[in-house]
Amino acid sequence: MTITEDAPTATGGNGTGEVGKARRRKEDQRLITGRTRWTDNITLPGMLHIAMVRSPYAHARITGIDTSAAKAARNVVGVFTGDDLKDIQGVNANAWPITPDQVTPNHLPMAVDRVACAGEIVACVVARSAAEARDAAELVDVDYEELPAVLDMKEALTDENLAHPDLGTNKSAFWKLDSKEAGTGGDVDEAIAKAREDGVVIEREYRQQRLIPAFMEPRSVVVDPTGEQITMWSATQVPHILRFLLAATTGVSESKIRVIAPDVGGGFGGKLQTTPEEFIAFAVGRQLGKPVKYTETRSESLLSGHHGRDQWQKLTLSATKDGTVTGFNVELLADLGAYVALVGGGVPVLGAWMFNSIYKFPAYRFSVQTILTNKTWVDAYRGAGRPEATYGIERMMDELANELGMDPLEVREKNWITHEEFPFTTVAGMTYDSGNYEAATARARELFGYDELRAEQRRRRESNDPVQLGIGVSTFTEMCGLAPSRVLGSLNYGAGGWEHAHIRMLPTGKVEVVTGTSPHGQGHETAWSQIVADRLGVPFEDIEVLHGDTQISHKGLDTYGSRSLVVGGEALVLAADKVVEKAKVIAAHMLEASADDLEFSGGRFGVKGTDKGLGIGEIATACFAAHNLPEGIEPGLDSEATYDPVNFSFPHGTHLCAMEVDTETGATKMRSYVAVDDVGVIINPLIVAGQEHGGLVQGIAQALWEGAEFDENGTLVTGSFVDYTLPTAADTISFVTDHTVSPSTTNTLGTKGVGEAGTIASTPAVVNAIVDAVRHLGVDDVPMPCTPERVWRAVQSGGADRQVESAGDAQPHFGAAAPNQDTPETEGGAQ
Amino acid sequence: MIPASFDYVAPTTVAEALAALAEHGDEAKVLAGGQSLLPILRMRLNTPGVVVDLGRIPELQGISEEGDSIVIGAMTPYAAVLASEAVSSHAGLLSKAVATVADPQIRHRGTVGGALVHADPAGDVGAPVLALGAELVIAGAGGQTRTVAAADFFEDLFTTAVGEGELLTQVRIPKHTGWGSHYEKFVRVSHQWSIVAVAAAVRVEGGSIAEARVALTNMGATPLRAKAVEEALVGQAPTDEAVRAAVARVAEGTNPPSDLNGAADYRRHLATVLTRRAVLAAAGA
Repeated sequence: MTITEDAPTATGGNGTGEVGKARRRKEDQRLITGRTRWTDNITLPGMLHIAMVRSPYAHARITGIDTSAAKAARNVVGVFTGDDLKDIQGVNANAWPITPDQVTPNHLPMAVDRVACAGEIVACVVARSAAEARDAAELVDVDYEELPAVLDMKEALTDENLAHPDLGTNKSAFWKLDSKEAGTGGDVDEAIAKAREDGVVIEREYRQQRLIPAFMEPRSVVVDPTGEQITMWSATQVPHILRFLLAATTGVSESKIRVIAPDVGGGFGGKLQTTPEEFIAFAVGRQLGKPVKYTETRSESLLSGHHGRDQWQKLTLSATKDGTVTGFNVELLADLGAYVALVGGGVPVLGAWMFNSIYKFPAYRFSVQTILTNKTWVDAYRGAGRPEATYGIERMMDELANELGMDPLEVREKNWITHEEFPFTTVAGMTYDSGNYEAATARARELFGYDELRAEQRRRRESNDPVQLGIGVSTFTEMCGLAPSRVLGSLNYGAGGWEHAHIRMLPTGKVEVVTGTSPHGQGHETAWSQIVADRLGVPFEDIEVLHGDTQISHKGLDTYGSRSLVVGGEALVLAADKVVEKAKVIAAHMLEASADDLEFSGGRFGVKGTDKGLGIGEIATACFAAHNLPEGIEPGLDSEATYDPVNFSFPHGTHLCAMEVDTETGATKMRSYVAVDDVGVIINPLIVAGQEHGGLVQGIAQALWEGAEFDENGTLVTGSFVDYTLPTAADTISFVTDHTVSPSTTNTLGTKGVGEAGTIASTPAVVNAIVDAVRHLGVDDVPMPCTPERVWRAVQSGGADRQVESAGDAQPHFGAAAPNQDTPETEGGAQ
Repeated sequence: MIPASFDYVAPTTVAEALAALAEHGDEAKVLAGGQSLLPILRMRLNTPGVVVDLGRIPELQGISEEGDSIVIGAMTPYAAVLASEAVSSHAGLLSKAVATVADPQIRHRGTVGGALVHADPAGDVGAPVLALGAELVIAGAGGQTRTVAAADFFEDLFTTAVGEGELLTQVRIPKHTGWGSHYEKFVRVSHQWSIVAVAAAVRVEGGSIAEARVALTNMGATPLRAKAVEEALVGQAPTDEAVRAAVARVAEGTNPPSDLNGAADYRRHLATVLTRRAVLAAAGA
């Protein structure tokens, strides 16, 4: 059931009723069966294969590379080092320097004289087969002089050892938003000082562990330099940005580069990077004049694809004794890894507008210090800045409720923006479009059986049950629809945030829709078809959505930040309306009627009061023939539109989670999970449900299972799926999802974005539930991932043992102690 | 990931396989179901010159009953063990342990013998085989066979009584008809290797435990039989209190690893809790 507070705004419905229909995704048959073009499936005549040689050291000077044995190996065509490529390889750029004085290490795709993290590429081998390339890569002999590695971000702050000695510091940038200085609120120091006297102050420090996006399809790139343009196929979310940066940093004319993102198997932000591998393949292909392919292994993917999260959060919340929050001070440390990735520095900054969440805080300050270390680089991962912020504030609201002896829902209600108050300008300066936190919470509470579960919790506590029950709350909002170009400009972001669409009515009445968004699993082909079908009154089946090829989709800014529907969908609406506008003039001419006497419904222009009319397909045919067009009207029925959003959109929701905690072992088990999300008007409920369920699992995984761990040498211990414990369906339960609908007021469709909601909301709901289950035993936090061991130690020590950092001597399962490997006796003990 | 180049031999009889091993010596690596060997080859943690694939040897496949024993061919996949009524009736502990191995795809590829010889301390077959007092039949060069008790089979981390040039051919498990059994496995995600697991089989007679078999997974370099606990359980009623007392010292003398899933002290604690639960579940309590 869906609660609709206000009737959805007109979606331009044309009698087809496509918007809102739970259509199965038209792209799924080819995606699921694999009978499609994944980049690695592409084989070109004469194509060569690249294997990378990567640094095993976190920080080292390259003192020599002997490539002679590799060059002499069978079917090897070339071996390249950083020296060989240094003039043509381009640069991995940072597109968002968050401050004018940001310290940004130069990031060459292939290292030339020094490596700054394990996995960095130092050479590559090109051979006639992938196997021969891999074999020869083992023969490249690299001499390293190890340098001290900086692995811990707090230690990095001392600058005692430097991740990049030439830069003189590990501190990349310090960015701040203060409501008093910005004029959007009061003085947070004053608020906290006052609360220390007559209110409550909650101070906590939370760790956002490092995560690995772990998309299904490993990254792959094919470069074909043999045509008029150099063509690159890449498993990327950002073909347009990739093309721009290839041109901008290699000197190759942009018009000579074509980038194609064919079907792409997931990204979660992990493929919004422009990668060293893409730049190296581009350089090698050009150098050899032959098509080349590189496909990473899963181990390479986990090690060298960018990671996500990785923050320390120092949080201070002040409130009056009745639970009204008076101030919130957020101080973040963010580990960027070895380089400032494409938007790496900006990801924590996105939290600046989200730590205040759905609440009316009178005073607020947010600051982040970004830090360079000798670990894998960090950039956007599903949610990008908003999950971190939501975690921080939602954990704190539970802590406040506990401190005051209030129900966690009650303390939230006391502070949230009520539905009458929208549009609402927050203490961080954002104007929220619409929402109804009361309705979502009421619905979630009902579906969850909140009061019954609280009663069960009491019973278990009273009977000292070894299995305790906890309830976690997460009321969240997020910002979607990246982004108004003006706002991005004010933040010194290197691009705009508009999106482009192109609709072509073909002579037969069929429709080609070209979008600048670049789907990689979202189902755009289906949802976009539904929108256009409604708008033009043509059958869903008659619409083909084209994307991801800069030659076809010549303008676009790609897919990330839950922007595709909110921004790209609006561009579709504008383009479709232009088609109808033009068709109407032609229809009037052909029907010999006044345009004012025409009404457009169900794909047909009818003359009011008569049965005369013309279908839009017939007009398309007439436009193709162009035999009888009105004066001044060009042949062809198509249109282009570019939409630049005026604001972000702000989906929200209330998530409730019940967790059972086995106090004997620390094992946790999800009992129930209810998510009531308000994502505005829903185009396709089935796709939305898929996004929600998948998003939930990813957020729950941060709470319970996932964490990228390095040993004391900077080696990634969780370097395979044996050790990086990604959950499967077998580890999750069936979620209850429902919606309220508060249409966005800033776009025609009333949509808000759903790609990241589940991931943003669920992590604190789960951890709040675990803490709630054992709070009576003295526990007020369990660091993520909340492994059974951490839960058990927290319970054993009454909350004193926090176990935030893992053992530095841990070994991967198939690792140093694997049978018959070279030196079993040295590492024998651990497995 | 692409393994280093190797030669491949696929014998169709045990004799041929032994001949291949004799010919290639320590250059050879035996491929059973490949669920550990292939990742190791693909990560290039091992680069054998020759891989001897046992997958086409019919005599190494299958499950039969011979007198008081259940006989399982070394190349029998987990899935076949799981489907076998003979195993579930007479060696139920093995069925229950095998049911927890990874996921259905791996259970259709991975083999009982492969797991035993690989001897990963976190593997799930060793503990039930040890607890049930199985005998392992090993064939050597020249075709002669010898039989090794499970207690003598596991020598160290990834090291068993199967020597160079030898093959494990059969697992012979004495029938434990009428025993209750349970394999209590502790993992964070379902497809994971055991963090700790406990294999327990008990025979309850007249309301008390008449006989008990208990072995531990991943509490040391090899599966460990908890003999003192077995003795302490005999004569006890299968109640929480009695079993708790009997198993209290199960972690003594163990040497579990410390890794991301838990430090050694936590694993010792887990072993104690899991043993109690395993015994109670085995006893149907």
